[in-house]
Amino acid sequence: MARALINVPASAKRGEVIAIRTLISHPMESGFRHTSTGERIPRDIITGFVARYNGEEIFRVELFPAIAANPFVTFNTVATESGTIEFEWSGDNGFSATERRNITVE
Amino acid sequence: MKSARFPQPMKPGATARRAVAVAIVMGLMIWSGAASNAEIPLAERRSGYEEMRPETRAMQDDDTSNPGMLWVLDGEALWQRKAGAAGRACADCHGDATQSMRGVAARHPAFDAKRGAPVDLAGRINICRTEQQNAPPLTLEGRDMLALSAFVTLQSRGMPIESNDERLKPFIEAGRRQFTEQQGQLNLSCAQCHDDNWGQKLAGNTIPQGHPTGYPLYRLEWQSLGSLQRRLRNCLTGIRAEAPPLGAAEHIALETFLMWRARGMKMESPAVRP
Repeated sequence: MARALINVPASAKRGEVIAIRTLISHPMESGFRHTSTGERIPRDIITGFVARYNGEEIFRVELFPAIAANPFVTFNTVATESGTIEFEWSGDNGFSATERRNITVE
Repeated sequence: MKSARFPQPMKPGATARRAVAVAIVMGLMIWSGAASNAEIPLAERRSGYEEMRPETRAMQDDDTSNPGMLWVLDGEALWQRKAGAAGRACADCHGDATQSMRGVAARHPAFDAKRGAPVDLAGRINICRTEQQNAPPLTLEGRDMLALSAFVTLQSRGMPIESNDERLKPFIEAGRRQFTEQQGQLNLSCAQCHDDNWGQKLAGNTIPQGHPTGYPLYRLEWQSLGSLQRRLRNCLTGIRAEAPPLGAAEHIALETFLMWRARGMKMESPAVRP
């Protein structure tokens, strides 16, 4: 499983806008490069990222070959209730990674 | 003065252009004449961190957005993993890295009595692997070596760089010679940029003083973590000089000099640089 770094505040006030930061380890090989012998290096990128807050999708990203290695995705959401935020990355060659973080809303 | 081979009529503005050309040539002479290689006074030394934009600084400062931490996590796992015929992990001898590795990276390259020469952290890791773990050495600049180096170096974060071993002196001097010697097709020395012209622009980028406080570090340009040697080779290629192979004694001597030059400055690995 790929390494991921995620920053979700452990607690927040109800209705507060919170920033969520995610960073995942991935080479994001564009598919446009060639080896020194001229062979094309096949594309290997993350193509999708989804965040779900207690099961409900709150954020989605499509990624393309121009995105740098180790994609950093940050977004804001409103803290509505205590629970779990789930992050899922998917991509070429069956790449899939899932992480969860808990948040307490008072 | 007109060229006999390419006679040209004198155009208006030619004198002004010639004056500009003379000024440029004189500027270049001053540049090379300024290769006095005056060392930067200790109090005026600054890390490349201070030349960075606030966004890049923020990236380095937050461990959940610093991509270097991805390597640190890998290194933490490697620290616990048994390797080689001896079936030992780093942790089996060294225990808790937060205690045993504290300050270790801040004093490397360190003098190795058995070899009679300094070894850098990557070299030290490979000595441990081959002599203690009976494992094959890790590939220099490979993912595992960078990860383990990053994990060990993190344990020195915030600590001052140490360079006070008398036995390192001849190697520091050898490194200093490399630093001040003009080389490559561009005939430049490290010192001409990093001692004499730091803070100026080179192709739109600010020239840093070149202190190795943050290695291994994540360079946005590399999209990867890289060692000090990778960075040195970058510069050597830039001045079109031939870089010795990774791990060569020349590189270690230059690293030893650079750590001495940055003595007392704070370790900040894994740093982020543009």
